[in-house]
Amino acid sequence: MATAAATSQFTGVDFLDIDSLLAEEERAIRDTVRAWVDENLIPVIGEAYVEGKFPKQLIPGMAELGLFGANLPEEYGCAGLNNVAYGLIMQELERGDSGIRSFASVQGALVMYPIYAFGSEEQKQRWLPALATGKEIGCFGLTEPDYGSNPGGMITTARETKEGWVLNGTKMWITNGSQATVSIIWAKTGDVKDTKSIRGFIVPTDAKGYTAKDQKGKLSLRASDTSEIHLQDVHLPKDAVLPKSGGIKSPLMCLTQARYGIAWGAMGAAMACYDEALRYGQSRIMFDKPIAATQIQQVRLVDMLTEITKAQFMTLQLGRLKDAGTMTPEQVSLCKRNNVNMATECAREARRLLGANGILAEYHAMRHMANLESVYTYEGTHDMHSLIVGQKITGLGAFS
Amino acid sequence: MKIAVCIKRVPDTEMRFAIAGDGKSLDQAGLKYDISDFDGYAVEVALRLTEKDGGEVAVICLGPDGVQETIRKAFSMGAARGVQLKADTVPFDGSAIAHALAAELRDGGYDLILFGRQSADAGNGTVGPMTAHLLGLPCVTAISHLELADGRGTAHRELEGSAESVEFPIPAVLTIDEGIARPRLPSLKGIMAAKKKTIDVRPAQLGEERLTVQSMALPPERAAGRIVGEGPDAVPELVRLLKTEAKVL
Repeated sequence: MATAAATSQFTGVDFLDIDSLLAEEERAIRDTVRAWVDENLIPVIGEAYVEGKFPKQLIPGMAELGLFGANLPEEYGCAGLNNVAYGLIMQELERGDSGIRSFASVQGALVMYPIYAFGSEEQKQRWLPALATGKEIGCFGLTEPDYGSNPGGMITTARETKEGWVLNGTKMWITNGSQATVSIIWAKTGDVKDTKSIRGFIVPTDAKGYTAKDQKGKLSLRASDTSEIHLQDVHLPKDAVLPKSGGIKSPLMCLTQARYGIAWGAMGAAMACYDEALRYGQSRIMFDKPIAATQIQQVRLVDMLTEITKAQFMTLQLGRLKDAGTMTPEQVSLCKRNNVNMATECAREARRLLGANGILAEYHAMRHMANLESVYTYEGTHDMHSLIVGQKITGLGAFS
Repeated sequence: MKIAVCIKRVPDTEMRFAIAGDGKSLDQAGLKYDISDFDGYAVEVALRLTEKDGGEVAVICLGPDGVQETIRKAFSMGAARGVQLKADTVPFDGSAIAHALAAELRDGGYDLILFGRQSADAGNGTVGPMTAHLLGLPCVTAISHLELADGRGTAHRELEGSAESVEFPIPAVLTIDEGIARPRLPSLKGIMAAKKKTIDVRPAQLGEERLTVQSMALPPERAAGRIVGEGPDAVPELVRLLKTEAKVL
């Protein structure tokens, strides 16, 4: 039987022929993004990570392929893909780097999606095509310094005036924050205890009183911008509000979209680590034989492959449910929780298999390992997803 | 300008191959397929010519229904029309294929008919020139640069240690070398649009097959390298071996 890895090119991880469960165009889309990542992202990511810089030069290429908001309709300049194809895009991007996948997730699932889901027709026409082509870069302001896992506790406010709205507050851990041209800011329009009064606002980042500054000293997601946003008496017109947004449910719906992409993306990071470990194990000679000929490394590799394969089936089914319109947030939690944890373990084992070389930026495993600690924590921590699924199956809430 | 590009579906060369039990063919289990590398360059050349001067690109692919995926890949890059010349298998004999292609192309009114320089699997490089012969058209092979003006073309060929420039009248058959135009990645919209384009399917009018593969084998494993020593002391022995054994000095 033909097997992968005749060359240095990544050819996928597919032990149980999952490809046969994918439609031709789903495979074609994945292969296109895979080729793009190999040609454009892999060669620059190590250096970008070490320097702590998001590789901005990749944005036009990503836009040209149609990666931003790819599962949104064609009438707004998007590719109109199904959710499995969208997931495969996230998988391939994160095979490159979690930070680059985060960029695309934020642009598509956290900026374009809320405008699509809660925006007026004018807002959609104004923003979606510009975001799809990368002319506008977006960020999503929900988390605050004291409100991470509990976003409903936010203290950012939006006061309605005769002319429009005035926003005040601070947002933290905002991906793309300092390079964004537009920001989706969530704020309370009523009492600070009233989570029903939470609404979304489209805020141009050049608005007076809006400032963003990079959060320095990150040891993870170094090729991604993470920022703190300050809103001090930011005056916005009446039509800045997303008219159909209302309550904490609205931003949580966005997070479900993003978490869905993360579930796929984490598999890509795991695949990159497994692939690197396999190649390294086959070529690294110690005691006169490849280290992959030792039992301990074979167990490592087989454990990784098994976990990746299980995640592939689970996540493909999640995608089919999303396309059927029956996917629940708890199902997304189960997959995000499993896949990110699985990928983190794969990255750690791959790094160990690589020995001393595994700590170099020239190899991928340790970068993925460090990145995945953020992915484990953001978009609902691993623990919060445990409690979300726990609440679903027991009917008993352990966190609120 | 009307351009036909003849493309072939070949096993993905990124895979590691195995020989089937008959000893004459590839084990099909787990094989993935893609457009032959040089044919991808040919599609790109055709698309650039028509994007510049207007016109239409048609792709023609011979083989079983699986080749429709390869045709759709060309669609997703921007080809407008596609024809499958249906055959259960793709013959090894380039002459048999050339007859089927010539029958399809003869009355097509094409200004240019492009091929890859050779296929990534069989590697014979014969189908292009044979098709040109059957159609009575001029043929320039392995071109690395192309210019068209006033019904004539100039093609550059890179040879071992030199380069040549060849002039030809249109219509003509050209086979494309790598390096001329890197094939574009299809956009996601292109992939979705490709689903909506229809492929004309016709039986392949294959010529007589006079060649058959007798046996197929994997290349021998490369022997492990030899370390003759370390540092300056090893240089004389290395030079001696390069002269007497490798005979490269």
